[in-house]
Amino acid sequence: MSVTSSLQEHHKHCDNDFATAEEAAQNGEWTACAASFGKFHAELLAHFGVEEEVLFPAFEQQTGMAGGPTQVMRGEHAQMRELLRQMDEALAQKNADGFGGAAETLLVMMQQHNMKEENILYPMCDQALGMDGGIKSRIEAGLRA
Amino acid sequence: MQPGLSFEQAPPISVPFRFFLTAPLFGMAAGLLLLWQGPAALASRWTSTALALTHLVAVGFMLQSMCGALLQMVPVAVGANIWQPRRVTLFTHAGLTLGTILLVAGFIFESAPMFRLAAPFMAVSLGAFALIVQIALFRTPAQGPTIVALRMAMFGLIVTLALGVTLASGFGWEVALPLVDLTHIHAAWGLVGWSLLLVVGVAYLVVPMFQLTPPYPRLLARSFPVAIFLLLSAWSLTWLPLQRPEAAQIALVCAGAVLVAGFAIVTLRLQAQRRRKIVEPTLLFWRAAMIALIAAAALAVAQQMDPDVDDYAGTPFLLGVLLTVGVFVPAISGMLYKIVPFLNWLHLQKQAKPGPAVPNMKQMIPESRMKMQFRLHLAALVLLLAAVAVPLLIYPAALALIASCAWLEWNLVVATRMFARVNRELAQRETEAI
Repeated sequence: MSVTSSLQEHHKHCDNDFATAEEAAQNGEWTACAASFGKFHAELLAHFGVEEEVLFPAFEQQTGMAGGPTQVMRGEHAQMRELLRQMDEALAQKNADGFGGAAETLLVMMQQHNMKEENILYPMCDQALGMDGGIKSRIEAGLRA
Repeated sequence: MQPGLSFEQAPPISVPFRFFLTAPLFGMAAGLLLLWQGPAALASRWTSTALALTHLVAVGFMLQSMCGALLQMVPVAVGANIWQPRRVTLFTHAGLTLGTILLVAGFIFESAPMFRLAAPFMAVSLGAFALIVQIALFRTPAQGPTIVALRMAMFGLIVTLALGVTLASGFGWEVALPLVDLTHIHAAWGLVGWSLLLVVGVAYLVVPMFQLTPPYPRLLARSFPVAIFLLLSAWSLTWLPLQRPEAAQIALVCAGAVLVAGFAIVTLRLQAQRRRKIVEPTLLFWRAAMIALIAAAALAVAQQMDPDVDDYAGTPFLLGVLLTVGVFVPAISGMLYKIVPFLNWLHLQKQAKPGPAVPNMKQMIPESRMKMQFRLHLAALVLLLAAVAVPLLIYPAALALIASCAWLEWNLVVATRMFARVNRELAQRETEAI
């Protein structure tokens, strides 16, 4: 198990709540949508938080690459936070089209983001950080919180 | 070079869009040619009209959009950096578009000078494109089944192009060549070695991504492109003038067809297991494409096993329509409906400072319009297939094909115009802020 394997697992975990929320919104089941979206929202923010506060700084410190890939990933996190905000707003207004449109956009954004992390950044982190048990347990604790 | 550099490799938006906006126009041209020629277009696969139609769809629509999608996808999805993307784009798009027009004109007017122009045009523009992309694909550190499939597909494109240029030179300079044999091999490499392997490589990425399905089984994903590639190569060798081992040919085609059907069935199964339960346009297009792929594979087997099917004059037409209008055009359309709105959003988002939201993907192209175009396309496919039995149906089939391609074009144009408008507004706000 590498430093980033729990983050990788967590990507899939987030997908499930997303799919449930999206389907509920399309069917106008707003209570169910609110429940799944709430979970998804919290999970995703926790994921971003752990990466930005634990993984990325450790990687940057180890490699000296501060303006590179981690910066791009932070930018994408900001874009996804904005989409989450739009979904939240649509949920409050019970606007199925608004929710669906933002959800579709977030899904594609999230998937290509995950692909870049899983194929490029995480392997780079694993290589740079080796088997750093301290970082690993901080990541796992952050995702559980 | 730092591997991290490929993180921001998304090319400018005009790179893929010019290909995407050109492709449906060739589809419309195919419909118009069909309308003009009527049932005569179905007479044989060897008429100049049939060859012009094939190339309008396979080169004009399919290859055009596939080149655009590859230029976009290769840097972002597999981290392979394309040399001089802007120049390659300009050169490939212009060369391919003009080359297609010359080639199709060569077929329609049976004009040797047109072929003499088309052959070098295609050879240079497409050859340079294929080599540049192939070099990028071999230099990326990325691994996995997609990259393997893409490399084989690019090799398939190079073989298809080499044979196509040979054939066009044969027409242009009236060289005696085994035209029929070469055409069989050229078509097989174009449809299977290039187009199918490209769709397979892309499917490995996008089917799980867009529909949240389980990934393709590892063993299948790794071995399928290799197996198809080897079968196709072996089959091509059986056409060498020295021998004609018919039994081996039949066995190779049937084995290939069974594998292809297997890929389609696995894809449909994965889609059935998807966690994203909603039914959205890309899912519809890809599901239709996979069903048509199974039908095409079954017909290919029947053609090998049953002399009646083989002798039936409509078989090549059915097979061609199933593969192009049934499999590849829908698979491409489904992809365009994700790529174009997403790229619009991504590029606008980058410019937008905190403020009013950029239109989301479904605001760029409303889902109802994509679904409407899907139904039109399905109607075109069914009518085209039925026209083999009832030739007069070729007229409504042609109209449906024109309508479907025009609707696709319009949906893409609407999205592009929205991009331009919001882009302007954002720039304006920027200047006002200063």
